[in-house]
Amino acid sequence: MTIPTLVSLDQVRKVFANGVTALDGFGMDVREGDFLSLLGPSGCGKSTVLRLMAGLTEPTSGTVAWPGSADAGRRGEIGFVFQEPTLMPWANVADNVWLPLRLRGISRQEAKGRITESLSLVGLEDFAKAYPRELSGGMRMRVSIARALSVKPSLLLMDEPFAALDEIARFKLNDDLLKARDELKCTIVFVTHSIYESAYLSSRIAVLSPRPGRVVTEIAGTSPDERGSEFRTSFAYADLCRRLSQALTSSMAGERRR
Amino acid sequence: MTRNPLRLILPLAVFIASIAAWELYVRVADVPPFILPAPSLVMATMRADWPLLSASLLVTLETTLAALVLAVVGGVALATAFSLSRIIEYSFYPLAVVLQVTPVIAIAPLLLIYMPQPLAVLACAWLVAFFPILSNTMLGLQSVDRNLLELFRLYGVPPQRRWSARLGARLKAFWHLRRPAALPAFLAGLRIAGGLSLIGAVVAEMAAGSAGAGSGLAYRIIESQYRLNIPRLFAALVLLALTGIALFLALSLLTRFLLRHWHESALPREP
Repeated sequence: MTIPTLVSLDQVRKVFANGVTALDGFGMDVREGDFLSLLGPSGCGKSTVLRLMAGLTEPTSGTVAWPGSADAGRRGEIGFVFQEPTLMPWANVADNVWLPLRLRGISRQEAKGRITESLSLVGLEDFAKAYPRELSGGMRMRVSIARALSVKPSLLLMDEPFAALDEIARFKLNDDLLKARDELKCTIVFVTHSIYESAYLSSRIAVLSPRPGRVVTEIAGTSPDERGSEFRTSFAYADLCRRLSQALTSSMAGERRR
Repeated sequence: MTRNPLRLILPLAVFIASIAAWELYVRVADVPPFILPAPSLVMATMRADWPLLSASLLVTLETTLAALVLAVVGGVALATAFSLSRIIEYSFYPLAVVLQVTPVIAIAPLLLIYMPQPLAVLACAWLVAFFPILSNTMLGLQSVDRNLLELFRLYGVPPQRRWSARLGARLKAFWHLRRPAALPAFLAGLRIAGGLSLIGAVVAEMAAGSAGAGSGLAYRIIESQYRLNIPRLFAALVLLALTGIALFLALSLLTRFLLRHWHESALPREP
C-alpha cells in the first residue's frame, strides 16, 4: 500500500528580488500523515519552503504540485503558524481564532463550535474572553496554533513556532501538538533548528544544507507508537539525536569545502 | 486609573499657590490693573462681561469643533485612499505636505479675500488640524504586522486575478486589520489636532480681525488690547486655556476608552 503524496516540490529554485538564492534544486515529497521536520542552519531557506507550499510566494523555477486536489481549493486546507504568535492585540482569544473562518464569511454564531473545539485542542477553553496581552508567551503560541487548527487543515505548516519559548513550555507544547495531531489526523511540516525538537516530534526529518538550501539527507524518526512517556530519556531518542547531529555537521562541513 | 492621590493634589497645590502669589504680589506692589490685573479682578470681569465673553466663546468653540470634525473626516478619508492606492498616494501626498509646511498665518489674508470671514477662519483652523490626523493615520495604517497580512493573503484572497476580487481582498484587510491597527496612531493624531484646531481658530480670528457681533475670543483679546482693557483680555485668555484643557481631557478620555483592553498606553502600570 502506497501512501498518497499531498504536496510535491521538484527542482525548485527560488531567487529573491535582492539576488539571494534561497533554494536551488530543492526536491521533496510530503506524504499524507507525515510529521516532516525541516532541520537546518538559520538562513538556509526553510521558511521559504513553507511559504512556497502555502502559495504565499512562487518558485523562480521548478514546480510545487498538489497531486491529490484541485488547485483552486487547496489553500483552504492549509494552516500556518508563524515563529511569533502574530495575534491581533485588539481582539480577544476567541475572535483571534475566529479570524480565518471570518475571512471565509462564516459568522461568529456558526463558528462558535469550531472555535471552542480548537481552543480545547490546545487546552485554552477557559481563556476565550482573554486578550493576548494577558497571556504568557506559551499561551499566545497556543492561541496561534488554535487559529491554524480552526480551519481543520489537512496540512499544517509551522515555522519555528516554539523557538522563542523556554524549554519547559516548549516540551509541554511538543506533547500537546502531538496529541492534537492524533485527534485531527493532519499532516505537519515543521521547520526547526533544534535537533532535539525534530528528533522528538517527527516521523521524517529532512536535513538541509546552508544557503542555497536543498535536502542533504533524510532520516526516519520514530513512529508515534514507539513514543512512550519515557521517549525523551530513551536510548533510541539519544541515538536519533546523535545521528541528526552528525548529518547536520557534515552538511555544514561539506558546504564549507565547496 | 490614577490611584495615587498625589498626582491630583500636587499640581492642584502648585496651581493654587501660584494664583495666591500673583494676587499677593499685585496687592502688595500695588500694580495698576492695566499692567497686571489681580486674579480676583479677572474673575470679577469674567462675571461682569459674561454675556459678551460667552458669545465669543461659543463662536470660537464652534469654529474649533467644526474644524476638528472636518479634519478627522478629511484626514481619515485621505489616509484611507492613500493606503488603498499607491497611485493616489504618490499624486496627492506631496500636496498635503506643501499645505502643511506653509505657515497658515500667511495664507489667512488670502483666504479672507476669497471667502466670507467665518468660512475663512474655519478653513484656516482646518488646514492646521488636518495634517497630524492624515500623517498619523497613514503611519498607523502602514504599521501592520507583516505576518498578519500574510495570514490574510492565505485565508482571505480567492485565487483570482480579477481587479475587483483584489480590491475586495484589500478592503477586507483594511477593515479587519489596518483599521484597528491604525487606531492608536489615529488617536495620537487626534489629540494633537484637537489642540491645533484651537490654535488655528485663534490665529485665523486674529488675522481676520474685523469687528462684528459674531467675533470669537481671539478678536476679544485684540480688541481688549487696543482699549487697554487688560482684565477682559485676561478673562478671554482664561477661557481659551480652559477650552484647550477641556478638549485635551475629552480626547484623552476617548483614547483611554477605545484602547482600554489592548494597548500598552492605556494599561495601568504596576507599581
